[in-house]
Amino acid sequence: MQLKLDSKVPAGPLEQKWTKHKAHMKLVNPANKRKHSVIVVGTGLAGGAAAASLGELGYKVKAFCFHDSPRRAHSIAAQGGINAAKNYRNDGDSVYRLFYDTVKGGDFRAREANVHRLAELSVNIIDQCVAQGVPFAREYGGLLDNRSFGGAQVSRTFYAKGQTGQQLLLGAYAALNRQIHAGAVEMHTRSEMLDLIMIDGRCRGVVVRNLRTGEISSHIADAVVLATGGYSNVYFLSTSAKNCNVTAIWRAYKHGAGMANPCFTQIHPTSIPVSGEHQSKLTLMSESLRNDGRVWVPKAAGDKRSPSAIPESERDYYLERRYPSYGNLSPRDIASRAAKERCDAGYGVGPMGLGVYLDFSDAIKRLGVDTIAARYGNLFDMYANISGENPYEAPMRIYPAPHYTMGGLWVDYNLMTTIPGLFAAGEANFSDHGANRLGASALMQGLADGYFVIPYTIGDYIAQTKSAAVPTDHPEVKAALERVTRRTERFLGMRGRKPVDHYHRILGRLMWDRCGMSRTAQGLREAITRIAELREEFWTNSFVGGSGTEINQELEKAGRVADFFEFAELMCIDALDRNESCGGHFREEYQTEDGEALRNDADYCYAAVWSTKEGGEGHELTKEPLTFENVELATRSYK
Amino acid sequence: MNLTLFVWRQRNGQEDGSFHRFELQGVSEDSSFLEMLDLLNLQLVEKGESPVAFEHDCREGICGSCSMTINGRPHGPKRLTTACQLHMRNFSDGDTIYIEPFRAKAFPVIKDLVVDRSAFDRIQQAGGYISVNTGAAPEANSIPVEKDLSDEAFDAAACISCGACVAACPNGSAMLFTSAKVAHLGLLPQGQPERSSRVLNMVRQMDAETFGGCTNHGECQDACPKGISIKYITRMNRDFIVANIKRGLSLRGKMQSQ
Repeated sequence: MQLKLDSKVPAGPLEQKWTKHKAHMKLVNPANKRKHSVIVVGTGLAGGAAAASLGELGYKVKAFCFHDSPRRAHSIAAQGGINAAKNYRNDGDSVYRLFYDTVKGGDFRAREANVHRLAELSVNIIDQCVAQGVPFAREYGGLLDNRSFGGAQVSRTFYAKGQTGQQLLLGAYAALNRQIHAGAVEMHTRSEMLDLIMIDGRCRGVVVRNLRTGEISSHIADAVVLATGGYSNVYFLSTSAKNCNVTAIWRAYKHGAGMANPCFTQIHPTSIPVSGEHQSKLTLMSESLRNDGRVWVPKAAGDKRSPSAIPESERDYYLERRYPSYGNLSPRDIASRAAKERCDAGYGVGPMGLGVYLDFSDAIKRLGVDTIAARYGNLFDMYANISGENPYEAPMRIYPAPHYTMGGLWVDYNLMTTIPGLFAAGEANFSDHGANRLGASALMQGLADGYFVIPYTIGDYIAQTKSAAVPTDHPEVKAALERVTRRTERFLGMRGRKPVDHYHRILGRLMWDRCGMSRTAQGLREAITRIAELREEFWTNSFVGGSGTEINQELEKAGRVADFFEFAELMCIDALDRNESCGGHFREEYQTEDGEALRNDADYCYAAVWSTKEGGEGHELTKEPLTFENVELATRSYK
Repeated sequence: MNLTLFVWRQRNGQEDGSFHRFELQGVSEDSSFLEMLDLLNLQLVEKGESPVAFEHDCREGICGSCSMTINGRPHGPKRLTTACQLHMRNFSDGDTIYIEPFRAKAFPVIKDLVVDRSAFDRIQQAGGYISVNTGAAPEANSIPVEKDLSDEAFDAAACISCGACVAACPNGSAMLFTSAKVAHLGLLPQGQPERSSRVLNMVRQMDAETFGGCTNHGECQDACPKGISIKYITRMNRDFIVANIKRGLSLRGKMQSQ
């Protein structure tokens, strides 16, 4: 059905919107907070921070994660850093500049007000994390250090060697642990959310399956937050953790939540290339490496010489050549496409010709091995482990890989989806990054949502909403439990010949070829047809053994792959509908003469919000027009 | 490459387990150890058999999910490397490999190679934090931290909670894990106000979880994929003693004033 979208962006000047909005929110009296409950699904940066902060405020919180410990959520793997407009380097940074860089980096497809709030909150995040004991890199004077990242000409990225994500998540996890210990948060590990409980048009709870015992249980609350991450694993091979999936947000979609811009996916330029059919995932090499590494390919196509045998004059530093002002620190979508362009034209390196060099020899000459090792040691070790090559001696070989998804559940300014009572935070929502996310901005958004937005907006919602008690035998609760039980039984009854991974791999390859770094109308139409055929095969020919009352990883995967099959179709429909190129969405039909993305602001300056058609078959588009009152819609240039 | 695998199979915590032998052919040298197990599982599923359950997620050596002992060594033969980052080029064609779960009294087996490490969470819930509510933080650069101290705290904070230290210890001790957590916060100025209560509470919980004591074997440090040093154990012991003395003094102080 056609959605009624109200972004609820507050009136007034951009820089006062959030402050004024907070000042006018309804509050829940401290004594009443303990009578209200919130469910948080996912315990990465957004979910962990939200659950901890809501617990501190006094709400009764139930948190769920499918891992054995909340600390294992995939935020843990973020390497490079977190942006904040502290301007500690005195290099001209400001909240406005971070806001502007993010809007521009996202190719003018994000909501201005949300992005500005994100930039404002960035400074509070760093304060909070330092107070928690996050060991950010420091200078000899004892103050915080910064590094540069793509898409910015200031140094505003805070980092903790190559494991910023782990250190920030340990901070949120510690805050969460404190609330668990205090009894404010009830933590459910090894619990996967498989459905929502909807009562009188509101989201009132979730159904989860205990992955250890198979028990299926219902949980009721006044509000539910989904902080369940992104869907890059639709490509099978991505830099996401193996268990990342679309299931939670897809279940929400099935209940009527709008899905915004599902085709906006980020292909990260610097991942270790695919080495063969055995490969189960791709490993990122942090963008921070582009601070000191130079990207190049041989000037001659098909040059098979070892990199050290290729003299300087015969190397093409194509990012520096094409984008002299940003060079190797061009934004991710641009750097990825430039790598693909060189490889498609036959200049790629490595066994399959799908690779470019990321070369540190100049930096090692300039700074010495020790400095480079101190900056990137763990990344170099990881590269050596995986590739078997020594990056101190030979340049790394890298290639783009699916990494992050800007699309996700549509949310209003309060991070509430189109379903009242259902909120989405972090990568699970579409909120802040438009058509392309800048490096070091995912951690910023996850923590902003979790620490500083959700705790306010949930209170406002609860204060304005009367939530009647829901008995455990309520018909909607029973119906939701029944749906999950039936679906689980259906998977357990799959008695074909192929493991579900087999179909996931085929789907992933199809999506990479047709809905990956570049897309065409014809390719997308073919993909939509092929997905339907493959989905049929998946359901008839997959095999899931074992029982539903024990750890059954094939059963877990089957549910996730089934949802990816449905979601993949919507991604292609969205990509087909958007007849322009912007950010990570590159339609080959829409490019300039020199191969840059050709945006169409006249017709596509909107967030594409999809919903299921009445009756459940097919998808319907509602547009949220994006208006830019504070930045000028300009052609994005990094030249 | 072709391999002979002996993999620990155990249906659940109640039943006994045993090693099962598998012959695995056509393993790529470039695949990771877990991708080798993926291949095994693929073949098992295609034969309609139950795949080997093993815990994994990020496969980048940072989430700490891997929990297998390979040829008697937690995470396998390569130093400073988790099982997911161990690549098959570290083995030879024709090798026999024994794969079993992390073994410790406090880590009961749930299924095959999956163990219950929730004791680690409970130790951290007992005190592994700095009590600062969201919104209460001072400006970040108002707390300068000596760089060496900060770097040392980072080294301790690099722990990924995998539990290899416990599995490697003949006593099944969690001293390396707990001490790394205690040191990370105890080294920083922000962590000082709760330094005593933290170490006391975390050690109490550690003891309650049936982990063994430390008798200075040093196996934990050797097995740790993140290179956490046993110097943190020394540090924790010192903090623990100091905290106990302080507590004794303050108790006596209270008694005298009454």
